[in-house]
Amino acid sequence: MRDAFMAALTEQAQQDSRVNLIIADIGFKVVDDFVAKMPDQFLNVGIAEQTMIGVAAGMASLGKRPIAYSLGNFPTIRCLEQIRNDLCYHDLDVTVVSVGAGLAYGTLGYTHHAVEDIALMRALPNMKVYSPADALECRAVVELLPTTPGPKYIRLGKNKEPRIHEVQPDLSTGAPVLVRDGSDVTLIVVGPIVTQAIEAADALAKQGVSVRLLTCPVIKPLNIAAIRDAAAGTVGIVTLEEHTLMGGFGSAVLEALAVNGWRIPVLPLALNDAAAATVGGQEYLREHNGLATDSVIARIADFTASV
Amino acid sequence: MVSGAGASHIGSALSVIDIVSVLYSRVANVGPDRASDPDRDIILISKGHSASGIYAVLGNAGYFPLEWLDRYCVDGAPLGGHVTAHGIPGVEFSTGALGHALPYGAGIAIASKRDGNARRVFVVLSDGECQEGSNWEAAMLAAQHRLGNLTAIIDRNRLQILANTEEISSLEPFADKWVAFGWEVVEVDGHDHDALEAAIGGEHDRPRVVIANTTKGKGVDFMENSVPWHTNTPNAEQAADAIAQLEALREAVTR
Repeated sequence: MRDAFMAALTEQAQQDSRVNLIIADIGFKVVDDFVAKMPDQFLNVGIAEQTMIGVAAGMASLGKRPIAYSLGNFPTIRCLEQIRNDLCYHDLDVTVVSVGAGLAYGTLGYTHHAVEDIALMRALPNMKVYSPADALECRAVVELLPTTPGPKYIRLGKNKEPRIHEVQPDLSTGAPVLVRDGSDVTLIVVGPIVTQAIEAADALAKQGVSVRLLTCPVIKPLNIAAIRDAAAGTVGIVTLEEHTLMGGFGSAVLEALAVNGWRIPVLPLALNDAAAATVGGQEYLREHNGLATDSVIARIADFTASV
Repeated sequence: MVSGAGASHIGSALSVIDIVSVLYSRVANVGPDRASDPDRDIILISKGHSASGIYAVLGNAGYFPLEWLDRYCVDGAPLGGHVTAHGIPGVEFSTGALGHALPYGAGIAIASKRDGNARRVFVVLSDGECQEGSNWEAAMLAAQHRLGNLTAIIDRNRLQILANTEEISSLEPFADKWVAFGWEVVEVDGHDHDALEAAIGGEHDRPRVVIANTTKGKGVDFMENSVPWHTNTPNAEQAADAIAQLEALREAVTR
């Protein structure tokens, strides 16, 4: 996904000189092609995330379209006030990108995990939030950028995630994207954890539970009507995300359904409210933080049977 | 203005007002008639809490009707307690949280160089604000890119909310710090308009910082160098006394 992002961005920057890639000294080898092609549209500010966002804001005030790129929680939490005041308050066209969000940098430890970023970015005014699940969704998100003004946040996986779509989805309405149809329960996923959802859907099919599986790469603005429609005819909605429960995607769905008065049962599956102190890779940490595949399968089966 | 508002930062406003006045009227290529000129210079007020002083300068320079000043911090009025670009001509960037404008200014300076645009960027900071680390991140970057189109002016009034800066987290040797970060440093009397003009203006091929030595609460005897007057708001009697003192100063200068 990282390479897909950089390839799509490089193409866009070649067509639009306003695109400036700004990094905080992250992206060894990853940015080389971009830099070789467009050295004047690239800036490494050093290990200084607050300055990365401030500089991006200043450049955007002159009509540039900066992309501020870093890793894990660094481009969001370290510089949260710059995002809030400099970007969102001024509604500036800057795209903040985190590579390896969620638990992707598992063994590097909690300091490198981005598991509260959706909640924080979503709470900010004017901010749009995207979480692609595979390389095609990632490219589709990048293609939304030129026609979506204001601040944006993209939560990327790391790399080499399996492709789950045959064709590049159309994200223009923000509607969730169907991965496979089913009739009993609707499972809506954000991000590369969709691979676990596919595994769960396969297992549930063997138990006689038919799962309708979708991804929802556009988290804000949330197209809640399309989510409601997507769940039509099933018992309810299960959400799955590699993010803490509070303020995440499932939380966003629950809020929007409640605001609209749409009473659809929802089971939000998310990470525990805990700082992962265990050493382990992405899969291992999911298991230890509330999202073991067996447990996901069991909870979806219980939910489907009980509502 | 501030007395009626019940919101003040009057000490900071009086220490920075000469700097801002010189910037807008004598140094920068700006003016109410050029507020949307793409080639205008950019002035950023990082110490957003000095809003009352900034707005007094802008109102008197004709950026907006002077009557706006009478409704400072009134519900629904244009002018609030921290500098905002939202609907206020002459303000480029909304501030209030400290340590934001120098990185932003560096971004404008870098983009201007990339575009071959000769605009200059002036960032007005408070001295206490330099305890925010983001300023030093930006200082390093500005030196790295030899941003000669960037000038920082620091209102060195030596007082922050609770005490003298040197008693809290010392800034000295302040000029040496900037020199070590690769900046050109000029020290000046921050209330001497001719000296300020000379220090802030002019060409340079590296980022320049002007350390403007000022007096917090300048011109009002009971406010000068007084820690409580960072946050105090003058009552009607104190306001009348302060205005009388400032009027007398103006007469002395213009006579």
